[in-house]
Amino acid sequence: MVDTIVFIIAAIICLSGAFGVILVKNPVHAALMLVMTLFGIAVQFVALEAHFLAAVQVIVYAGAIVVLFLFVIMLLGIDVSQKLDIGAMKSQKIAAFGFAGAGLAILGFLINRVDNAATGRPPVGGAINDQTANVSQLAGSLFDDYVYAFELTSVLLVIAVIGAVVLARKPTQAQLEAGAEPEGSDA
Amino acid sequence: MLELVWLIPAFPLVGFLILLVGGRVLGEPRAGWLATLMSAGSFAATLVVFAGVLREDGEDREFQQVLFDWLPVGNLSVEAGFLVDPLSITMALFVTGVGSLIHLYSVGYMHNDPKYSKFFVYLNLFLFSMLMLVLGNNLVVTFLGWEGVGVCSYFLISFWHTRESAAVAGKKAFVTNRVGDWGFMLAVFLIWGSLHTVTYTEINASAGALSNTTATAISLMLLIAAAGKSAQLPLYVWLPDAMEGPTPVSAMVHAATMVTSGIYLLVRMNYVLTEDALLIIAIVGAATALFAALVAVAQHDIKRVLAYSTVSQLGYMFLAIGSGAYVAAIFHVITHAFFKALLFLGSGSVIHGMNDEQDMRYMGALRKAMPITAATFIVGWLAIAGVPPFSGFWSKDEILLAAYEQPDIGWLLWAVGLFTALLTAYYMSRQVFLVFYGESRWNDPRPEGVEGPDAEVHPHESPWTMWAPLAVLALAAMVGGALNLPVVGDWLVLEHFLEPVLAHPHHFTSGTSTKILLAIIAVAAGLIGIAFAAHVWLRRKMDSSRLEPKFLEDAMYVDATYAKVAGGPGTKGFGLAATFDRVIVDGAVNCAGRLVRKAGELIQPAQSGFVRQYAIGVAIGGIAIVVWLLSGTV
Amino acid sequence: MEVTESWYLVLGALLFIIGGTGLLIRRNPLVMLMCVELMLNGVNLTFVAFSRMYSDIRGQTVVFFVLVVAAAEVVVGLGLVVAILRRQPEATADDLNVLKG
Repeated sequence: MVDTIVFIIAAIICLSGAFGVILVKNPVHAALMLVMTLFGIAVQFVALEAHFLAAVQVIVYAGAIVVLFLFVIMLLGIDVSQKLDIGAMKSQKIAAFGFAGAGLAILGFLINRVDNAATGRPPVGGAINDQTANVSQLAGSLFDDYVYAFELTSVLLVIAVIGAVVLARKPTQAQLEAGAEPEGSDA
Repeated sequence: MLELVWLIPAFPLVGFLILLVGGRVLGEPRAGWLATLMSAGSFAATLVVFAGVLREDGEDREFQQVLFDWLPVGNLSVEAGFLVDPLSITMALFVTGVGSLIHLYSVGYMHNDPKYSKFFVYLNLFLFSMLMLVLGNNLVVTFLGWEGVGVCSYFLISFWHTRESAAVAGKKAFVTNRVGDWGFMLAVFLIWGSLHTVTYTEINASAGALSNTTATAISLMLLIAAAGKSAQLPLYVWLPDAMEGPTPVSAMVHAATMVTSGIYLLVRMNYVLTEDALLIIAIVGAATALFAALVAVAQHDIKRVLAYSTVSQLGYMFLAIGSGAYVAAIFHVITHAFFKALLFLGSGSVIHGMNDEQDMRYMGALRKAMPITAATFIVGWLAIAGVPPFSGFWSKDEILLAAYEQPDIGWLLWAVGLFTALLTAYYMSRQVFLVFYGESRWNDPRPEGVEGPDAEVHPHESPWTMWAPLAVLALAAMVGGALNLPVVGDWLVLEHFLEPVLAHPHHFTSGTSTKILLAIIAVAAGLIGIAFAAHVWLRRKMDSSRLEPKFLEDAMYVDATYAKVAGGPGTKGFGLAATFDRVIVDGAVNCAGRLVRKAGELIQPAQSGFVRQYAIGVAIGGIAIVVWLLSGTV
Repeated sequence: MEVTESWYLVLGALLFIIGGTGLLIRRNPLVMLMCVELMLNGVNLTFVAFSRMYSDIRGQTVVFFVLVVAAAEVVVGLGLVVAILRRQPEATADDLNVLKG
């Protein structure tokens, strides 16, 4: 009973946040809507007994990534509302709704046909043991089986940081005088 | 000792390679001596292998040495190997022997030529190719040598390539040979198609399995190949023009060795030749012999007479093969090598002594000025005229006998051969009398437009490097008949030696009296020819201009006809082929390219640069995949 | 009624669809990135749901990695956005078509 209520409330939060992201005009508001969705997801994680991930979700996603978004929005000063019209491609709207419709159709089909959308493969290794804590199990999987991938992701993060620094640097005086190539489009 | 067979072609090959890189460094005359040394080494190796052959019994005289697997392609397995049997060792003996003498001769003849060392590069390469031709154990190795001698003869004929006539002659030789090569290749394909082997021993073993039509087709293709290389009608046209090359080349390539490769091929493949093909070969040979002899009657250039004489004598050899007397053909090959090389080298000596004058009308009385040359030349003359006991008589007589015994048209072939012998004696005597006898016409005024000598001509004898080979060859021309004397008991040395090579050893069926009678008639014909020539040219008792009609002088306009055909309809045909290639073949390829580009241009709008459009593409693709996956589970 | 795991899957799918639609509709690059985040979250939810369904911890490991990669992606993406919008403050996704052709 409680589970159901929790699920429904969290689901409402998620979905309203999602709709908010795609519909509001002000980017700042969109970011806040995103935070709402992320919290909802975190709640769902807890309900699914992925406690560590729930914590990480809040700390990393909501706490870092969305903050980053807001930083950039503020930095660039585009917090003014934007128009939602279509722009260059009229067919874009039709295509978008087509995609949504197709997706929903598939979803409905799946719900109808398959009761428990399972493919029937039993877990091989990594089975969850309800006795030990979630964190230790996750840690075991991460650092025993997938330690290489883990190290690679750390490398990835370093590269991403370096890349971002390089990309977002203001051109130096010398480059400006020499007529540095504009990194961007021609309007 | 037989395993040393690889040494035989190795010597000239090494000589060729050394001279190729260091020839100019060695310079004159060391390059020449090196080449001659290599050639002599090859001859020595041949002697060693020959000794090895003689030690075996008659039936065991067949030895193959495979160097490596050359072309292992599917069912076809072609080796690079040598075959030592009586036929190949005989050919190798006189090729290397006469070849060495000619190398020696060239050391003196090519003196002061700016391209001295290059000449010997080509000569050694030629010797190597010829040896590969005769020593190969399968048709493909022979073909390698075949092409090699063709290329070398092109190089050597157009040696003085700055002279346009020489360059043209070289090209003519190569192109005409190519027609023969086409025949060769078709023959090889046919043989492989029906017998699935190209090795001689295997072909001989399974030749009986060939149907008559296939075998005749193969024989005719081989005839075309031989006709190209050995200058028979209608592919003889290159040989007279090939006289543009230096005289040692004429002697080596066109008298003693290369032109005999056609004969060798036919004798080697004797298991495959059918009765019908043999008849055609005999007819071709006889016709060529007669034709060439007629043309030789009216030639003025000293070398051209010998060139047509070569064509004529080659015709005799084909006649012999066509009559089934393979041994007679090989016998004549050997004797002809001796006396024709002798005659050519002698003529080279004459030309050398006359400061490069080649027109016989401006020679004469050279007997006193060049005694050794004259003496050896006379020996060669008597040999070719068929005067006993010189070697030419024995071999020519054997051929005439074989022709006489040919079952279908033997009498006609014999008559043609006899008349040709008469003509041969006549024109050769004419040549001897014009050049060595009579009064000296060296400094006679030339007609308008003809270049005369720069200074007073004082003919002199040639250096020892030139007359020594002449002497050796003269000796060989005198006693060479001993190889196969038919009448004295059973002195048929060559016959017995070559017997294991032949499918159907030829046995003469006429009685001894018939043989003697035919021999006497042949000798008589020769003497009549000589006497008539003496009457006209020596004693000047008759007006000679009627005997040299323009018709014969221009070789019955054969060359001109070829030129008209090739120039007119031939060129049109080539133009058609070129247009076809350009429009259809190239067009198809270009079309493919254009098609690809058009297709690319069609797809180009998909790359609009709009990220959102790409996103739509991804979304549609994703949906499609999911739908497809799901449809599998329905 | 009982909340089965398939409900979570449905929720995840809905989030994915909404995110995708938003991505196709919006022109502001920042909002487009946010929609991408939505899609990723939908996927994460699906993974965790499967992890629960099959009692396999590896579903959660995957989510961990998705999180890391998403973070890196956002970092780089924002760097790009900054670099572009600094020049052209009013730029939208449709204006960035230099790679045409």
